[in-house]
Amino acid sequence: MTTYDLSTTPLREVNTALHAEGLSGAHVITRPAGAHNVAVGVDAPVKITIEGHVGYYAAGMNQQAEITVHGNAGTGVAENMMSGTVHVTGSASQSAGATGRGGMLIVDGDAAARCGISMKGIDIVIGGSVGHMSAFMAQRGRLVIRGDAGEALGDSIYEARIYLRGTARSLGADCVEKEMREEHLEELAGLLKAAGHEDDDLTAYRRYGSARTLYHFTHDNEY
Amino acid sequence: MCGIVGLHLRSPELHPHLGELLAGMLCEMQDRGADSAGIAVYGDPTWSPPGHSTVSLVEPDASPEEVAATLSATLGTPVAVLVRDVTYLLSAEADPEVLLAAARSAYPHVLVGGFGVDLAVLKGVGTPTDLAARWGLAGAQGWQGVGHTRMATESAVTPAGAHPYAVGPDQCMVHNGSFSNHATIRRELRAAGVAFDSENDTEVAARFVADRLAAGADVEEALTDVTRTFDGFYTLLVSNRDSFAVVRDAIACKPAVIAETDAWVAMASEYRALAHLPGVENARIWEPEPETVYAWTRETTREAALA
Repeated sequence: MTTYDLSTTPLREVNTALHAEGLSGAHVITRPAGAHNVAVGVDAPVKITIEGHVGYYAAGMNQQAEITVHGNAGTGVAENMMSGTVHVTGSASQSAGATGRGGMLIVDGDAAARCGISMKGIDIVIGGSVGHMSAFMAQRGRLVIRGDAGEALGDSIYEARIYLRGTARSLGADCVEKEMREEHLEELAGLLKAAGHEDDDLTAYRRYGSARTLYHFTHDNEY
Repeated sequence: MCGIVGLHLRSPELHPHLGELLAGMLCEMQDRGADSAGIAVYGDPTWSPPGHSTVSLVEPDASPEEVAATLSATLGTPVAVLVRDVTYLLSAEADPEVLLAAARSAYPHVLVGGFGVDLAVLKGVGTPTDLAARWGLAGAQGWQGVGHTRMATESAVTPAGAHPYAVGPDQCMVHNGSFSNHATIRRELRAAGVAFDSENDTEVAARFVADRLAAGADVEEALTDVTRTFDGFYTLLVSNRDSFAVVRDAIACKPAVIAETDAWVAMASEYRALAHLPGVENARIWEPEPETVYAWTRETTREAALA
């Protein structure tokens, strides 16, 4: 196991080490003190543990790695993740999982505004609530919210699926509630299990997605 | 971009360390704005001596001795002048409005950084790290402080364009963001007789809040009025002689983090500015909700301390 103390080791040195060819094993980053860009761009089947709060874009562009943040994360945690897992034990700021293409982002606490904005295949499981405009223009992937959602959930959504246990303050344009069929219950059960919430009552969740009325220009869309 | 920081100390044991803690917060936010900076410190016994009122004059065109002599003669009571970089801190045993009027009358073209009975405002052009060193911020004491690191987007890089905007007695505002309808509101305030020092958007919000407070609103009402009147992106930190308040716009794209312990309440654009505060590892840390006013007062703080 390799340990990096961010109070004494420059961030660039740590990230460079995490980008080494053929990287393996477990890596621990201590005393991040809210630093930005911690463990970004990793592309290796490694385990990375960050002991403390991180700033912007932590674990961004992750591929393959299993990254745990023991603390809160700032703007854009796991943004554009391709594969692997990012787990935040605290809460996440705005744009968590933005534009993510694959892998899973788990936040045990809340996520702020624009969680899953423009998600393109990532799975996101939020233990608490999400802020306004979450899943804005989401294209693919699944967003599970165990708490409530702020205003305009799923605004201009394409084909992502949203599972919400609590209530949304409002739904965004073209986002509608959809039937929870057997395949959706199965899918939700799998996501909750992967995030450590297998005991949740699946029937308490509702599914939301696109009404598909914004896909093409029609005169009905005129103001 | 800009960065804002604020620290409201509940524990008197921390009062001697206010400047040191605030300097750490301010300098950590230098990455967010390095063209100018400003601070307001509440309760430093040297910068705003107890029993005196204090007025900050930024870049006065007269020597400190001359300013002291002129204003002492005008007021008929001794006016002391303490120089901190380009700011003169005037203090006298007089009503703050009286000291302010005398300073404005003697030096009508000089920028007033702030005024009150408990508040010292310092601002200038340069990096926050250099300015904090020149001010001797790390040695300051007090019960509350705020700071701003500026990356100018809509008005000149001058001391007048630097935050805080401390335009009402013991009031102070720092802002991370930009207002889009400030020109309209400035015109309305000017028409109502309010004078401005700069073309800065934040000054408009500060004068709007001061106007509401003077009309009898409390801080929460005044800031709720801000959310209804101003358009743009903002996280605002508004301090007063007895309060500390935070509000964000509806979109909430400008960052803000609040942390609270029994010993202090702190706010910053980013968590890293709070990472050195004592006991932060056990603090309650959260991101303020859009269009929600978060306010603390010294009274509730004292009650909390006694409880």
